[in-house]
Amino acid sequence: MSDAAVGTTLDAKPRVSRQFRLQWEEVQQSWVLLYPEGMVRLNRSAGEIMKRSDGIATVQEIVADLERSFGAEGLTHDVLGFIDLAKKQRWIEV
Amino acid sequence: MNTPQTSQTTPQIGPPLWLLAEITYRCPLHCVFCYNPTDFAKTAVDNELSTDDWLRVLREARAAGSVQCGFSGGEPLLRDDLEILVAEAHRLGFYTNLLTSGVGLTETRIARLKQAGLAHIQLSFQDSTKELNDFLSHTRTFELKQHVAHLIKSNGWPMVLNCVIHRLNIDYIDKIIEMAVELGAEYLELANNQYYSWALVNRDQLLPSREQLQRAERITNEYREKFGDRIRMFFVVPDYYETRPKKCMNGWGNVFLTVTPDGTALPCHTAKMLPGLRFPNVREMNVKDIWFDSEGFNRYRGDGWMKDPCRTCPEKENDLGGCRCQACMLTGDPANADPVCGKSAMRGEIEKAIAYAQIPDAERTTVKPLIFRDPKESRRLIEEGTAAERQPA
Ligand code: SF4
Ligand code: SF4
Repeated sequence: MSDAAVGTTLDAKPRVSRQFRLQWEEVQQSWVLLYPEGMVRLNRSAGEIMKRSDGIATVQEIVADLERSFGAEGLTHDVLGFIDLAKKQRWIEV
Repeated sequence: MNTPQTSQTTPQIGPPLWLLAEITYRCPLHCVFCYNPTDFAKTAVDNELSTDDWLRVLREARAAGSVQCGFSGGEPLLRDDLEILVAEAHRLGFYTNLLTSGVGLTETRIARLKQAGLAHIQLSFQDSTKELNDFLSHTRTFELKQHVAHLIKSNGWPMVLNCVIHRLNIDYIDKIIEMAVELGAEYLELANNQYYSWALVNRDQLLPSREQLQRAERITNEYREKFGDRIRMFFVVPDYYETRPKKCMNGWGNVFLTVTPDGTALPCHTAKMLPGLRFPNVREMNVKDIWFDSEGFNRYRGDGWMKDPCRTCPEKENDLGGCRCQACMLTGDPANADPVCGKSAMRGEIEKAIAYAQIPDAERTTVKPLIFRDPKESRRLIEEGTAAERQPA
């Protein structure tokens, strides 16, 4: 059983994996993940979640911050869903 | 019949995401499949871009949206300003990659490269005869690679090993994989060479038979099962054995920008051989203008340049008609379909080469010598006037 198979909890502290570099690309107007000889272009919400994944903030805090920043509610489910997916892609370590 | 106008895609030009900086053609090795142009000896050392030229190219490319930067050659370590260039690329926000044979990668230089912010090293096994033999017999080269591999890992870089595969080494694929594992490689690229430049000159001796290929793929799969996640292996077959061409460079002028040692800007490192096309030089033109406005980069963008069968082909989005250089070398017209394609009227050119590849070496009546890449051979090929546009016999 690998970690990735277990659902993420609200007190987990996700952070961008060491194999990837997250950065804002002005020309593309988006967040991208860079890795040896490659690049993943993130959509807006993925970028907003990833940039808050600093290994310090918990999922709960990330959700609260996103809801505050975008005047939205009930984002918990979406954020958890994305983090699970990002874990499978090894973009994020928890 | 389709009207060409409605079936054409209007190319929406994105940024040159990938900058490939070929900083020198100089190299201590002599690979028979070298991807540098056969006329590389035309570029004298004193005609290489200066440090300041390269620093400007890096800034201009980054401003145009480049994000991956590969430093290659030749052997890029032969330029002693490599660390300066890497540091500037890193400072600008590039993800920096070094493609090297490891020759010259001393402890001092690796420490400086680390400090400069180098993100990734790809270590290659190149020379197909001497080095391979050394490698397989655990002698000097193996020790050099082992040392370099150790330096790479101890500096916290992933260990990415690349070994060019061809007729002369493909039967040792099991040994190559085992050595890679022994070196601690996390990624291993087993890429068959493609037939350009020096590899085209040496094609008869380098193209493996179908049986050799199948065996090598089977063995690679067995090792994948055996080692699992410990080492990820990529096996690339020569495109001659496909029936559809590759989407070359992911589309002409779509992602890749190559700058050669003398500053010529190209959509791919072999494009300079195409007749009747002028490519701009970074000494005279800004990277942004080169990318968006030069004739060289716009010529084969999108699909407006296509002829039949590509023009009306329902699959054209998949491969954009393949490789312009391959079409040019083997059919004489870069706007033809890549002859690898089964729909190409010139597929016979590929079939001829494949048929010859099935003949065992021992049964071949004409034995051509392998031509090793070096400046002397390059000058000879230039003199013969066949260097750039050489057609295989
Ligand atoms: S392919 Fe071989 S000879 Fe050519 S540049 Fe690379 S290491 Fe040097
Ligand atoms: S005909 Fe041209 S576009 Fe169609 S598959 Fe062949 S090479 Fe590609």
